Amino acid sequence: MTDQFKGIEPMVYESMINIPYSWWAGDTASRFFISLRDEKKIIATRCMTCGKTYLPPRKSCPACFTGDTEWVDVSDEGTLLSFTVARRQFASIPRELKAPVIWGLVKLDGADTALLHYLGDVKPEDVSIGMRVKAVFAEERKGTIRDISHFRPVR
Amino acid sequence: MGKRVAIVGTGQTFHKSHRPDVNGQELINEAVVRALQDADLKMKDIDAVVIGNMDHFEGINYVDCWSVDGSGGTMKPIIKLTTGGTTGCTVAIGGYHLVASGMFDKVLIIGWEKNSESDTTGAITTAFDPIWDRLVFAGAISGLAAEAQAYMARYGATDRDGARVSVRDRRHAMNNPHAQLRKEVALEEVLASPMLADPIHLLDVCPRTDGACAVIMASGELAEKIAPKPDWIWATAARHSYTYLGDADYGRLTSMREGAQEIWKKTGIKEPRKELDVIELYQPYSFGGLIWIEDMGIVGPGEAPQYIWDGNTDMGGELPINPSGGVISCNPIGATGLIRCAEAAMQVMGKAEGRQVPDVNFAFSTGFGGCWWTDMILHGRKKPK
Repeated sequence: MTDQFKGIEPMVYESMINIPYSWWAGDTASRFFISLRDEKKIIATRCMTCGKTYLPPRKSCPACFTGDTEWVDVSDEGTLLSFTVARRQFASIPRELKAPVIWGLVKLDGADTALLHYLGDVKPEDVSIGMRVKAVFAEERKGTIRDISHFRPVR
Repeated sequence: MGKRVAIVGTGQTFHKSHRPDVNGQELINEAVVRALQDADLKMKDIDAVVIGNMDHFEGINYVDCWSVDGSGGTMKPIIKLTTGGTTGCTVAIGGYHLVASGMFDKVLIIGWEKNSESDTTGAITTAFDPIWDRLVFAGAISGLAAEAQAYMARYGATDRDGARVSVRDRRHAMNNPHAQLRKEVALEEVLASPMLADPIHLLDVCPRTDGACAVIMASGELAEKIAPKPDWIWATAARHSYTYLGDADYGRLTSMREGAQEIWKKTGIKEPRKELDVIELYQPYSFGGLIWIEDMGIVGPGEAPQYIWDGNTDMGGELPINPSGGVISCNPIGATGLIRCAEAAMQVMGKAEGRQVPDVNFAFSTGFGGCWWTDMILHGRKKPK
């Protein structure tokens, strides 16, 4: 490694390729986000074949591969399945959040799958797997998953 | 049933954090030339090429076309396969299918990465759903951290157990001149290294690496003519488990469990712990070395820490894991799964030099992706019936 570049001046070409995209959420996700934005209500889909309730909602059940689903309300409270604390300002952390940032996998009451989101109003050392958490809704809601600002411990 | 297939040659670069002395095609070429030399074949002998790397990492989308100067693929059938972290194992499985189909007798398989050229987080983020997961994306390390936290809570494992795996792999890397990081560390050094995302310390995770790997596969009797001791492919499996991040069972690697069970069933292996001789595990962080060997069926749930503390997976132990030093010592991502495959092949062929495990009959190599995808290959010394 030391004399790898002896007599070489490696040339580097910088690129800032910028490729914008627009993603359609589709009927199923749109219905969820409209309900979240307008009513602060969290809804999910239940497979009529296996009975499993999916959040994020699915147009068809990934296990049964049928489109036979119904909408159900799920709670804004749930259980923390796992979490981690980012101790560094990773590039994946939004600019407005400062490390330490806590991520949690939250299984809301009534759902069979978890939702990945931020935990807040809590110190990292006070977070534990199995703790009960509740959604805190954003003041200004725009129809994205960040309309839930974060989850906080149930006191 | 398809044709029997064996690996008859392998080649790797000397993997480094940066290789500004070569461009991508030249990096690929180093591995290809070594693999051809190892098999004593010429490029004209090769019937088809399979190549893969991480999407977006070097910002070159049509790598199959762009790389021909280095890969030797000019005017040959060439196909690109890319599946994220599992890419290196997937290209090997794809090459196996091409030869087993009877359509191609000798196939060159390439995995490569110039990780130093990439915006790793930007590129990896594109693997996740833009509507649901990206806005709350936790980064590759944080996803692994959530898996480790759940495993520790379920089975009472500690960060010392994870650190023991890191100590093992970093010690093994001392025997591998191709590994990027070749420095032994003490358990306390791992625990004292900076915390990235609880419970993962800096020395629990892989580095970023520039490197390439090439493997040549050949069919049945031809393979026996090319190589005195070919590495026979006994079985392969691949599994994917979820669409959204919250769907996975954190603390267990379901895709590993399902894939490994398929392989043991296909090949009649009853006790993988006794019947395997060596494993090259795609293990980008230390805790994966605990959780995933349980899902593989080597030991039962929660038993991996004791098994590893007892030295069973060290060189000289019952079932050495990662004699190469593994992914923690070296991770050119698109090449990494294929390096596992090549290292397992070298063990079977008796070509692993300073990291050779004696008398290898069965070797197992795996690929892993941060979307909880796993693929795997069982390698054997004897030709399968």
